[in-house]
Amino acid sequence: MDLVANNLSYKPDDQYHLNEVSFNFKEGNLYTILGRTLSGKTTLLKTIAGLLTPDSGEIEFDGKNFLKIPVWERNVAMVYQQFINYPHLNVFENIAFPLKQRKIDQSIIKEKVMDALKSVGLLGYENRKIQELSGGQQQRVSLARSLVKNAKILLLDEPLVNLDYKLREQLREEFKNLFSKGLADETILIYSTTDPRETMELNGEVIVLDEGKVLQVGPAKEIFENPNSLKVAEISNDPPMNIIEAKISDNQIRFEGIDVEAPQHLSKLTEDGLKIGLRSSDIELNENGHEFEVELAEISGSETLLHLKRGDTKIIVSIEEVLNFKIHDKVKINFKIDKAYAFHADGKLASSPFGGLNG
Amino acid sequence: MNKLYIFLKYFFIVVWTVFVVAPFLWALTTSFKDFQSVNGGVTYIPWVDFEPNLEGWKVLIKSPAKGGVDIIEPYFNSLFVTCTASLISIILGTLSAYALSRYTFKAGFVKNNDITFFFISQRIMPPIVLSIPFFLFLSSINLLDSLTGLIVVYIVLLMPIAVWIMVDFFNKVPREIDETALIDGCNPYQAFLKVVLPNSIPGLIVAGMFCIIFGWIDFFFAFILTFTEVQLLPVKIVALNSSVTPWWSLSASALVSVAPLIIVAFIVERYLSKGNLSGAIK
Repeated sequence: MDLVANNLSYKPDDQYHLNEVSFNFKEGNLYTILGRTLSGKTTLLKTIAGLLTPDSGEIEFDGKNFLKIPVWERNVAMVYQQFINYPHLNVFENIAFPLKQRKIDQSIIKEKVMDALKSVGLLGYENRKIQELSGGQQQRVSLARSLVKNAKILLLDEPLVNLDYKLREQLREEFKNLFSKGLADETILIYSTTDPRETMELNGEVIVLDEGKVLQVGPAKEIFENPNSLKVAEISNDPPMNIIEAKISDNQIRFEGIDVEAPQHLSKLTEDGLKIGLRSSDIELNENGHEFEVELAEISGSETLLHLKRGDTKIIVSIEEVLNFKIHDKVKINFKIDKAYAFHADGKLASSPFGGLNG
Repeated sequence: MNKLYIFLKYFFIVVWTVFVVAPFLWALTTSFKDFQSVNGGVTYIPWVDFEPNLEGWKVLIKSPAKGGVDIIEPYFNSLFVTCTASLISIILGTLSAYALSRYTFKAGFVKNNDITFFFISQRIMPPIVLSIPFFLFLSSINLLDSLTGLIVVYIVLLMPIAVWIMVDFFNKVPREIDETALIDGCNPYQAFLKVVLPNSIPGLIVAGMFCIIFGWIDFFFAFILTFTEVQLLPVKIVALNSSVTPWWSLSASALVSVAPLIIVAFIVERYLSKGNLSGAIK
């Protein structure tokens, strides 16, 4: 049972929320929609759920026109980024709600709700009020409510974004377990996120969305290794990929008075307006390196993010340890230039170290 | 410092309590007085300062033929009109408010907010402006001097309050709750009845309270739109006043007329103290 969309467009104001979005989702697969905030992820999920009607385009599910079926008959499930539950019902009643709506036998409801509670690790909480639960627990309740229905399409809209770091890690792990437990055999799982790491970890088929437009579709690894444009490279990396305006001539990459020997996959690109892309993790501190000035140093977890500047070029370097720097300190860095990407002036990928295009 | 705080706290509580309760006590004692004890100087304490009697209360239930003013019928008229009008206002007001909160309406430059304002604007006009149109309207449909006519007018007056309070309340209930209900298999009517409404009980109580208070205390329209067939309590109480002001029966009737509001206030207070108004929706 495939979910097929053709040229979905939605433009409620003067901006496109969806712009000619097409896809073909197959059952038993996990699809990750990666995009920044306001890129149209939620709009897309709501359109699939039937909460929004697109201005143009079609959605077909199982060969039937999905747009003609009202939300309440579509058999989809959705988890929101806010923890949405029914505040007037307790945990058990919340999870049982969709089943009661289908007029299923009481004893079967009980069994299914208990199963769902067990799979999200909330056994023993069934008589609690929703308000008494922590954010993470509330989100588990809404996940359980979406699981209990055995919906053919399961939509998860940034389900982890409002949780604190530790819970996020833990729930992400549980998600992966749930997804791999065969839950997904007949289900189309659609997971939206802004977090590239989450995308890579879930390791499904990725749809990169920006300003309502699909930029690239492919397996997570492919998106990571061969982003087809500058935009995708920025969206699919956190911190965003460093973009350096450079010129390549005589086998040298030249920018801000620095000459770096071009690796083989870049050496033939001599055009004007070339942009070199380098991940923040592919730059390292090195005594013999090139001098940059510290603009900002932030410590995030066990990592230090250095915002550096030289002339008009600004880059971010991530270092896998906690280091203290002051603003205007001088640091010396080295580029792992064989990991560099090159993009044409129009933003299209010119060459990637993993063999994309001119490889 | 701490002792001073406690002293001040209780001081103000006592002052305020006296301020609120004293008029009631005054009315209560007065209602047991006769002409002599009211007009013969200041008297406070029954049996010591004056001899209490039940004349002021008896007048209220005696039929006019026996020299009384029967307030029992106006009392139940008032109860009936207020409750019916409030109930209908709450039902219609809640439905309109939900529509105004969740759906987009557009007619030229008129949008949702303008419609909401239109409802509220009905209350901005001074009642006297509305009295003539209401009078002509009721007389044209033969409902002058009838309970039905009063109910119609009170719905016009009370529904804006209900709409105003409920629009604000529904705007604070996340839309995603409705959407989740739809996704979970409710059609829009079920989503409203099974999910939105149960979470809106605090709002309904507040709106209902305001409707009942405003309906119950209205004198102006009850006075203008009724004559002999039907009378409401506030009009009847004012009618008690004759050449000799009967302070005793006026006090008694005042106490009787605030009684329902005090009962409503107590019920709501119980509900409030259970914490049911807070934390329903985050």
